Amino acid sequence: MTSSNIHSPIQRYSTVAIAFHWLLALAIFGAFGVGLYMADLPFSPFRLKLYNWHKWAGVTILALSALRLLWRLARRPPADLPMPAWQARAAHLTHGLLYLLFFAVPLAGWAYSSAAGFPIVWFGVLPLPDFVPVDKALAENLKLAHKLFAYGLALLVLTHIAAALKHHLLDRDGLLLRMLPARRAS
Amino acid sequence: MKPKSLPRTIATARHPLQTRRGRLLLAALSLLGAAALWQLPSPAQAQSASAGKAKAASTAAAAPAAAPVQLLAAQSELSFTSRQMGVPVDGRFKRFDAQLSFDPKKPEAGRVAFTIDLGSVALGGPEFEAELAKATWFDSKKQPQASFQSTAIKALGGGRFEIAGKLNIKGQSRDISVPLSLSQAGGVSTASGGFVLKRLEFKIGDGEWADTSMVANDVQVKFKLAFQGIAAL
Repeated sequence: MTSSNIHSPIQRYSTVAIAFHWLLALAIFGAFGVGLYMADLPFSPFRLKLYNWHKWAGVTILALSALRLLWRLARRPPADLPMPAWQARAAHLTHGLLYLLFFAVPLAGWAYSSAAGFPIVWFGVLPLPDFVPVDKALAENLKLAHKLFAYGLALLVLTHIAAALKHHLLDRDGLLLRMLPARRAS
Repeated sequence: MKPKSLPRTIATARHPLQTRRGRLLLAALSLLGAAALWQLPSPAQAQSASAGKAKAASTAAAAPAAAPVQLLAAQSELSFTSRQMGVPVDGRFKRFDAQLSFDPKKPEAGRVAFTIDLGSVALGGPEFEAELAKATWFDSKKQPQASFQSTAIKALGGGRFEIAGKLNIKGQSRDISVPLSLSQAGGVSTASGGFVLKRLEFKIGDGEWADTSMVANDVQVKFKLAFQGIAAL
């Protein structure tokens, strides 16, 4: 069963979807790591750099996620691999929540930055609009929201990775290959 | 009773005429004393009254001829915008004072002195304000005040003036020129203007913060100062 699955033609995600997936995975891991690290740093040019890089990465993730969602809505992903219905439902729910947080985390961060009185200038070039007023109390709430959403996203990403590895390594259903570019040799 | 009557009898016994003179002298002295006492509080009252009118008592000293000009702090603003990695960050000062003698019709005879309490800076939050107080930035514990002293005032026409003078921050003194426009309404004169301050000339953001790609050298300073007592334009 498992060997026949691997040898049968794999229904891969589209190349664009695969590119979005890994590019965003890298960006989200990077932004999360920097975000965790920078928050407790003492005031320094290095800290200021990290904060701005984190904000630029966040806005980039937001923009790429919007394009990714459009792509996803335009092109249906390949059908689910055979698995129990509850697992398929859990996977779809996780994917839905992941998409929600791809937007919620950077939007809360952007709003937090605006409310704190530090508008974002994307890559130091493009000034982004402030959609909330400068307000200390609001900034504190948005900071908490940004943090909670980010931890929520991290938890969902861990669930997503664990489930993918379970499929690939325990069920041996070749699930991971669907999200990897096709090799010319195969 | 006894001690009172005793000196009288001695006095009348020794110098009856002098006693009359003495009494007259005493009366004259007490009148003088009363006059002195009457006059003493009057300059004190005048001083306290002028201090009440104008917070800066030195205004009267700087402008003996003109009525004291008073800065209306509640209606005045002093703000600045710096750029951190391209991001405009707004700050302001809560405490500052101005002493001036200025007649819009004779601007060249005018003088302006301005002081800013650097510890009163507001910039987004207490963590940034604590950072700005450090020696790298304002060093406001050692040098709590920045000051400006005009050297020349020139009329540009249409209620606009250019004030040249020395700006002193952190022990660094630089010549600057500040254009402003004066508008008057209901006895209040409002001076609005701004200038670009080169922060590194005053060692604001020294050491690791001297990198202008992180924090731009140019800091835009803006002000709107309301005064009472400036003569009509």
